[in-house]
Amino acid sequence: MKQARSKNVGITVFIILLLTPVYWLLNMSFKTNQEILGGLTMWPENFTLQNYVVIFTDPSWYNGYLNSMAYVTINVIITLLVALPAAYAFSRYKFLGDKHLFFWLLSNRMAPPAVFLLPFFQLYSSIGLFDTHIAVALAHCLFNVPLAVWILEGFMKGVPREYDEMAYIDGYSFPKFFVKVFLPMIRSGIGVTAFFAFMFSWVELLLARTLTSVDAQPIGAIMTRTIGASGIDWGVLAAAGVLTIIPGLLVIWFVRNHVAKGFALGRV
Amino acid sequence: MSLTLENLSRIVDGVDYIRNASLTFEAGSFNVLLGRTLAGKTSLMRLMAGLDKPTEGRLIYNGEDVTGQSVQRRNISMIYQQFINYPNLSVYENIASPLRLAKMPSSEIDRRVKETAAMLRIEPLLKRFPLELSGGQQQRTAMARALVKDATLVLFDEPLVNLDYKLREELRAELRDLFRERQCIAVYATTEANEALALGGTTTLLHQGQVVQSGPVMDVYRKPVNTLAAQLFSEPPMNLIRGRVSDTELSFDEDTRHALTQELADLQPGEYWFGIRPSHIALKPANDDDLEVPVQVALSEISGSETFMHVESRHFEMVTQLMGVHQYHTGAPISVYLPINKLFVFDTHEQLVHTPSQVSGRGV
Repeated sequence: MKQARSKNVGITVFIILLLTPVYWLLNMSFKTNQEILGGLTMWPENFTLQNYVVIFTDPSWYNGYLNSMAYVTINVIITLLVALPAAYAFSRYKFLGDKHLFFWLLSNRMAPPAVFLLPFFQLYSSIGLFDTHIAVALAHCLFNVPLAVWILEGFMKGVPREYDEMAYIDGYSFPKFFVKVFLPMIRSGIGVTAFFAFMFSWVELLLARTLTSVDAQPIGAIMTRTIGASGIDWGVLAAAGVLTIIPGLLVIWFVRNHVAKGFALGRV
Repeated sequence: MSLTLENLSRIVDGVDYIRNASLTFEAGSFNVLLGRTLAGKTSLMRLMAGLDKPTEGRLIYNGEDVTGQSVQRRNISMIYQQFINYPNLSVYENIASPLRLAKMPSSEIDRRVKETAAMLRIEPLLKRFPLELSGGQQQRTAMARALVKDATLVLFDEPLVNLDYKLREELRAELRDLFRERQCIAVYATTEANEALALGGTTTLLHQGQVVQSGPVMDVYRKPVNTLAAQLFSEPPMNLIRGRVSDTELSFDEDTRHALTQELADLQPGEYWFGIRPSHIALKPANDDDLEVPVQVALSEISGSETFMHVESRHFEMVTQLMGVHQYHTGAPISVYLPINKLFVFDTHEQLVHTPSQVSGRGV
């Protein structure tokens, strides 16, 4: 009994420590700027939704979310479309230099994004892709595709080759087999991959900010540019932060079981 | 209708998977591929199915060369050692899948699925999913899917290995009945000599990618062409003892000799290999002319109601398969008795020169 209680106390303290910054953000988002700057209050004394109203009515704010969601979605779709066939090839076929190619893909992730900043910027500017959603999505693919191939290959290897053959024997053509038989079998792998691609692309700021200026500016970039004539608008900034966390929470809620499976397979 | 393999070879990275296999399978026949692990049973089946391409040789079906034809275009089925079913489809949809792909009307699909399910006694399970079934039921589902589409070639790759003993016996007996009426070519791979005997039909012995012998099961069992065939088709493997034949007698060594019987009188004097099945060796003489061999016990394995006793003498060793439980201490000197009329004789090139006649009641 005593042991169980001390364990609970430990977990409670841990969770409180973890959630304090999140709570503080939430707290701030419902306060006025005067209250935020005025002194320490544990909860909003003058509860207000004004900060959220600002974000949902001001196009320069909500467009940031729309831009972020647009390039993240494009990125996840491209990543999956490219990585699924690649992972299948790595898991099923032997070809010259397959192992080296696989490792080279992974090594792409080892370079910090800043390394690719200059070439991307120059390249996109010269071909007119600068400040578009697809530009950011493609840049993020450089990091997401290798990870996706790696995760998916692990899941695909877990499916015995006999399943492929069985389907061919039954009369499935390759594309039909791949879509109707194979993909459902590795759907948790696809879920995990989509989640990781989403997560990277959603939180990545450096490339997203550098490759955009106005039309495709992500929310992260807007949040860093809120210093107006009257100083920093703390309340609106906090509300923006809360709204930025929400999509991540939603996604993680949907894939939580699959992620656990991915960890069990040792690929995440 | 027949499937002919013409000098089929498959070489991968310099390793012979199958070397120069020439066989013919007739429609309505039940064929057993018998061989140890890595003998090439699966490789041969995959070539027959068209899943792998042969390095050399041709595959001829009804006089038509089908060597390069894709799997989808051939009307075959295959059942694997692992239980392979579509995990996301119900048992019903699993069985129906080849028919749906063949664009059969759904009333016909329904009729066929129910009929096949009834035949394999999985009718109450049609709504379930494969992973909710026991191993035996999963394999029955796989078999139903293979049988539902009237394939011309049905390949079984050790389908019963992953099942327990009781289920295996049961399914094996049913399997034979299922194929009695069918006009397809059934090919069944196994590592167990006893299974090949139980299934009957035609037996093909494989060893290291080569066909050792092929023919009706009893012919292969009674007349193994060489020592290898004799050892492959005997469980435990046939005992082989080096010995010689003189004008009047045969001898294993100085102590073990026997006058030549009428049966063996035709043998030319010289060196030979003598083969005797472990089950024919007894601890007591059954006939007056049994050959008494003094040996020492090396190991006594009790397996259920049988005992496998490994015995040795200075020049040779033998395994005996005895009914009942026998316990001897290692090194105990005993005598075993070899019925002289059950001896196989092979020449020094290991080719068969004499088969025992079937005179006594215990069979060959």
